[in-house]
Amino acid sequence: MRSEYVIDVEGLSKSFGGKLVVDRFDIRVPKGAIYGFLGPNGSGKTTTIRMLCGLLTADAGAGTCLGFDLRREAARIKENVGYMTQKFSLYEDLSIRENLDFVARMYRMDRRRERVDTALEELGLANRSRQLAGTLSGGWKQRLALAACLLHEPKLLLLDEPTAGVDPKARRDFWDEIRRLSALGVTVLVSTHYMDEAVQCDFITYIAYGKKLIDGPSGRIPELVGLETWRVEGEELALLEARLKTLPGIEQVARFGMVLHVSGIDRAALRSTVTALEAEGTHRWSLQVAGLEEAFIYLMAGARDNFNGGGIEAAA
Amino acid sequence: MSSISLSRFLAVLFKEFIQMRRDRITFGMMIGLPLVQLFLFGFAINADPRHLPTLVELGDNGPISRAVISGMQNSSYFDFTGIVAGTEAGEEALRRGDANFVIVIPQGFERDVVRGRSPEILVAADASDPSATGGAVAALSGIVSVAISEALTGPLARPGGAPAFSVIVHREYNPEGRTSTNIVPGLLAIILSMTMVLITAVAIVKESERGTMEMLIATPVKPIEVMLGKILPYVFVGYVQTGVFLAAARLVFGVPFEGSPLAFIVGFNLFIIVNLALGFLISTMARNQMQAMQLSFFTILPSILLSGFMFPFAGMPGWAQALGTGVPATHFLRLVRKVMLKGGGLPDVTGDLWALGIILVVISIIAMLRYRQTLD
Repeated sequence: MRSEYVIDVEGLSKSFGGKLVVDRFDIRVPKGAIYGFLGPNGSGKTTTIRMLCGLLTADAGAGTCLGFDLRREAARIKENVGYMTQKFSLYEDLSIRENLDFVARMYRMDRRRERVDTALEELGLANRSRQLAGTLSGGWKQRLALAACLLHEPKLLLLDEPTAGVDPKARRDFWDEIRRLSALGVTVLVSTHYMDEAVQCDFITYIAYGKKLIDGPSGRIPELVGLETWRVEGEELALLEARLKTLPGIEQVARFGMVLHVSGIDRAALRSTVTALEAEGTHRWSLQVAGLEEAFIYLMAGARDNFNGGGIEAAA
Repeated sequence: MSSISLSRFLAVLFKEFIQMRRDRITFGMMIGLPLVQLFLFGFAINADPRHLPTLVELGDNGPISRAVISGMQNSSYFDFTGIVAGTEAGEEALRRGDANFVIVIPQGFERDVVRGRSPEILVAADASDPSATGGAVAALSGIVSVAISEALTGPLARPGGAPAFSVIVHREYNPEGRTSTNIVPGLLAIILSMTMVLITAVAIVKESERGTMEMLIATPVKPIEVMLGKILPYVFVGYVQTGVFLAAARLVFGVPFEGSPLAFIVGFNLFIIVNLALGFLISTMARNQMQAMQLSFFTILPSILLSGFMFPFAGMPGWAQALGTGVPATHFLRLVRKVMLKGGGLPDVTGDLWALGIILVVISIIAMLRYRQTLD
C-alpha cells in the first residue's frame, strides 16, 4: 500500500461536452472513517463518486483507492468497493432473492446460497424473498440496495445520496447501520443533502460547481468557515429578521423555531451592530458556538453567489 | 482475474431468461407475432390474384359470345358480377372500383367471327394497380382464342395454320406459381431480422435506461460476459422462431425444403449473428428504448423493400441494388430461396455467406469502436 489513506486522490477533473463538472478535486479518506460529501445539486458529487469506483475515467488527476491505482487497476477497485447508486439500480423484475443471488454471482462469491440467506435474514426479508424488487417501498428498496452492495464484504462503501426520498425512521436505521459498519473498519464515503446526516460524519468535504470549498473533521468545519454566530430570543422575531438582513456585518439570519441565529464573517462589524441592537433592549442576545448548520447555510449561499455559472448534474 | 468467468456469464444469461419469462407480452410477441405474420401474410399476399370482379357489356348474345364469357369465367381470373348498359355505366363502375374489368362484346360479334372479320373485344382494365390486373390481362388473349376455336366446330372450324414458332415456358422450382412458396421463406428473413435487431437493441438499452447498467458495471463483470449473456438468449429465441416457422411452412403452406440442411443451418446462424450485431450497434447509439425502437425500425423497411422480398431485386435501378446489397436480409433471402426451393447446397450459397460475413465484420467493427466500458 502506497498510502495510509483508503482514498487518496489529487487533481481529479472531468468535463462533459466542454463543461467542467469536477475541477481539480483532492480527497483523502482515512480508514474506517465516515466521510460526508456535501454540496448542492449538480455540484459534481455523483461524477466524483463514479470516477472513484471506475465507472467514469477522469480527464486528469491521479491517486489510489484502497491502494490500487485509480487509472490502471479499476478492476481490482471494483472487486473491493460497494457502490450504492442514487437511483435504485437493482432489477425491478427480479425477486429479492434473485437480485441478491445475481450480485453474489457477479463477485464470484463462495458459499453463495448461505450468504444470500444470511443477508435476507438480516434484512428481515427472508419470508418475502420471492417478492419482486420493484414492488418494495422506497425504504425497503434502499435497505435491499445496501444489503446488495455489502454482500461481497467491501472494504470501502461509496454511497450516493442513499437516503434521498426515504422516511425519517428508515434514515435513522440506515445511519445506525453505517456507524456499525464504520466501527467494523469499513470506510464509508457518503454524499448527502441533509444537515442532520452531515453532523454524523467524521469528516466532511463541501463541494459546489465542481470545486471543493472546504474539508476537514466535521467538528472543525464551523471554525474553518470562520463564522461568528449570535443567538437572539424575544418577541416578534419575524419583524426583527427582516430588519437584521439589511444591517452591516450580518451575512446570514437563520431561524430555528423560537430563536434566530445571526452570523457574519466580519466580527468587528457584526459586534458593533449587535451592541447597537442589544442597547434597544427588546431582545436577548448571546454569543453562540457556531454550528455546522450555520456553516453550511453560509457555504451554500456563498456558492450560489460565487458560481453563478450554473451547474450540471452528470447525465444519469 | 482477467480471465472471462463462465459463472458470471451464466448468471447474466439466467437473469435474462428470467426477465424474458416475466415479460409475458414481449415473450408472446417473440413467438406469437412471427406465427401471426406467417399466417396472415402467407395467406393474404397473392401476386397472381384471381376472381376479380368483372362486368360485361353484351352487344351480342350468341353462343360464341357466351363461350368467350364462360371461358373467362372458367379461367378463375374473372368473376362476372353483372351486365352494364353502356360505355358510360362501364366507366363509372371502374372509377368507383365496383369492378376491375369491363368487357365489351360489340354488336354483331358472332356474325363477324363467323365471317372471319376479326372483330375486337374491348377489355377496359383498372390498371391503377398493375399487379392486381396484370396476371389476368396476360392470360386473357389465350383464354379468348381457345374459347373461340372450341366454339367454332364443324364447318365453321378454321383451317389450322400452324404458328411459325411456339414458346414453351417451364416454371421451375414453383411450377404452380404459388405466391406463398415465394413469400413464406422470404418472411423468415424479414421476421428474423425484425425481432433479432429490435429485441437485442432494446434489451441492452433497457439496462442503461433503468440505471441497472450502472450497478452492473460497478461490479467486476466483464463487458464480454454481459454482451454474451444478454445476446445468447435471443439466439435461442431465433432458433425457436425458425423452428416454428419451418414447421408451419411445411405443414400449412406445403413449402418444400429441397436443399441441404447444412447450408441452411450455417446461413441462418450467420444471419442471426449479423442481426444481433446490428442490434448491438443500435444499442450503442440509442439513449433510450424509444430511440432503439425507432432506429431498429429504420433498418426494417430496407429489409422489406430493397432486399428482393417485396419487389424483384433485378427490377431496381443500380444505385438501389447497391443499397440492397448492403442489407443482410438480401443475402439471407437468396440463400433461403436457393436452399429451400431450388435444392441448393453449401457450394451454391458461398457467395451469400461471404456477403453476410463481410457485413458482419463491418458492423462489428463499428459497434466495437462505439462501445464504452464506462459510463462516459
